Amino acid sequence: MVGGIKVSRVSHGYGQKQALIDVSFEVEKGAFCALLGPNGAGKSTLFSLLTRLFVPRSGDVEIAGASLGRDPRQALARLGVVFQQPTFDMDLTVRRNLKYFAALQGLSGKDADRRISDALERLGMAERANEKARALNGGHRRRMEIARSLLHDPSVLLLDEPTVGLDAATRRGITEHVHELAANTGLTVLWATHLVDEISAGDRLVVLHKGQIVADGISEKIAGDLSLGDRFLALTKSEEVAA
Amino acid sequence: MKGMLVCLIAIVQREALRFISQRSRFLAALVRPLVWLVVFAAGFRAALGLSIMPPYQTYITYEVYIVPGLCGMVQLFSGMQSSLSLVYDREMGSMRLLLTSPMPRWWLLFSKLVASTLISVIQVYAFLGIAGLLAGIKFPVLGYVLVFPALLVSGLMLGALGLLLSSTIKELENFAGVMNFVIFPMFFMSTALYPLWKMAEASVLLRDICAYNPFSHAVELIRFALYGQVNLEALGWVVLAFVVFMAGSLWGYDPARGMIRKKA
Repeated sequence: MVGGIKVSRVSHGYGQKQALIDVSFEVEKGAFCALLGPNGAGKSTLFSLLTRLFVPRSGDVEIAGASLGRDPRQALARLGVVFQQPTFDMDLTVRRNLKYFAALQGLSGKDADRRISDALERLGMAERANEKARALNGGHRRRMEIARSLLHDPSVLLLDEPTVGLDAATRRGITEHVHELAANTGLTVLWATHLVDEISAGDRLVVLHKGQIVADGISEKIAGDLSLGDRFLALTKSEEVAA
Repeated sequence: MKGMLVCLIAIVQREALRFISQRSRFLAALVRPLVWLVVFAAGFRAALGLSIMPPYQTYITYEVYIVPGLCGMVQLFSGMQSSLSLVYDREMGSMRLLLTSPMPRWWLLFSKLVASTLISVIQVYAFLGIAGLLAGIKFPVLGYVLVFPALLVSGLMLGALGLLLSSTIKELENFAGVMNFVIFPMFFMSTALYPLWKMAEASVLLRDICAYNPFSHAVELIRFALYGQVNLEALGWVVLAFVVFMAGSLWGYDPARGMIRKKA
C-alpha cells in the first residue's frame, strides 16, 4: 500500500469509554476517500491518531508506506493536514504564515520561497501575500491552509471537516478543488465530514458510527437505491440531520 | 540537522513577531516590576535592615536587594504567559500544526522554550535599563554580561515549568487558578523579597520552603551573576529543576502516555 493510507485494527479509548473499536480500512494512492460520520462517531479521535497527536492503544497506521508507530517522523513527513480549527496566525502576513510552516517541515531559503510563490500563484493570491491573514475571508483562508499543507509535497492529505463555517458556494468550491487535486496530482485524500453533499458518487466512502466502521466502499454502491443522505441516516440510525 | 535549526529559528522568529505585535504585554512586563521597585521597595526600605552578605560587600538599600528578585519575577510571569499561549495554541489548533512537524517532538518543545526564554531575557534587560536610569540602581559592567547566561538558564527552567503546567491543563479557564497557585507561592516563598535569614526569623519552616524553592535558586543565580560572580550551588539546583520540569513536559506531551491524549 505504498502511497496511500492503511489503518489496521486501531482501537482507542478515553478511560472506560471506547472511542474507536477495531477500525481497519485502506485508501489507495490517488483516491479521494470521505470519512463520514455523525458528531461523536470517533472522527476526531481517528484524526488525532492519524496525525500522531496521540498514539492508539492498539493497531497501527501507515502513511504512504511508513508506519506511524515505528517510523513516525518519516510518516509525518509524507502527511499534509488541514485541521478543523484555524491554524493561521492572524496577525502575521500570509507569506510569513507559509514560511513558518515550511520551516516546521525543515524547508528554508530559496527552496521554501519558490514553493510558497508557486502555491500563491496557483491560487491566484500572489498579490495578497503580504497582507495579514486576518484580512482574508474564511474561504480564502481555507484555501491557503490547503495550499500550505501541500508545500512539502506530501503523498497523503488529511482534512478534518474543512468546510465548517463556510457558505454553500465556498464549500462547493473547496470540495471541488480537493477532488481535482486527488484526480490530477495523485494525492491521496482523506476528507472527514458529516455532510453528505460533499461526497461525489464515485468517491470512496468509509462510514464511521459509534467508533466502528459500518460501511466501506464506493459511495453510490453504498447508497444503493436510496439517496446517500437517507442511507447515511439508516446506517447510523441517529437523529443527526445530514445536509 | 539543518532542518532542525531552520525549525528552531522559525519558532523563535514567530514568537518574537508575536511579542512585538503585543505591545501591551511588553508594557505590562515592564510596569509590574517597576511598581514593585518604586512603591513596594520604597515603603520597605525603612522597615527592613539588611546586613552584609554575599554577593554584597557593603550595606545595600532594599531597592538594590530586590532587583534580582524582580528580574526573576519578569521571567516567572513570562514563562507562565508563554505556557498560557501554549494552552491557547492548543485550543486554536496551531499547537497541532506544530506537533505534526516531522521534527522530533522534544526538539519542537525545546525550540518553543528557547523562544520564550529569549523574549523573557529581552524583558529583563529592558527592566534593568529602566531601573538603572530611573532609580539609579546600577551593576558592574561584567554583571550585565554575566547575567545573560544566568537569565538563559533561569528562563529555561521557568519556561519548562510553564510547559509542564500547559501539558496538564485541559482548557484555558483552568489556567487562572494555576497562576495563583504557582506564581504567587513561588514568588513570595523565595529569596526574591527577603533573604533566607530574615525568613528564618519568622518561621524555620518558611525558611526551609524558601531554600528548596527552585525560584529562590534562580533569583540567587541572577543576583550573583549581576555582581560578576557564579553561584555554583544555585546553578546546580536550577539546572536540576530544569531537567525535572523538562522531563515532565516531555512526558506530558508524549503521544503515547501524556495528558494531552485525554483531549481530542
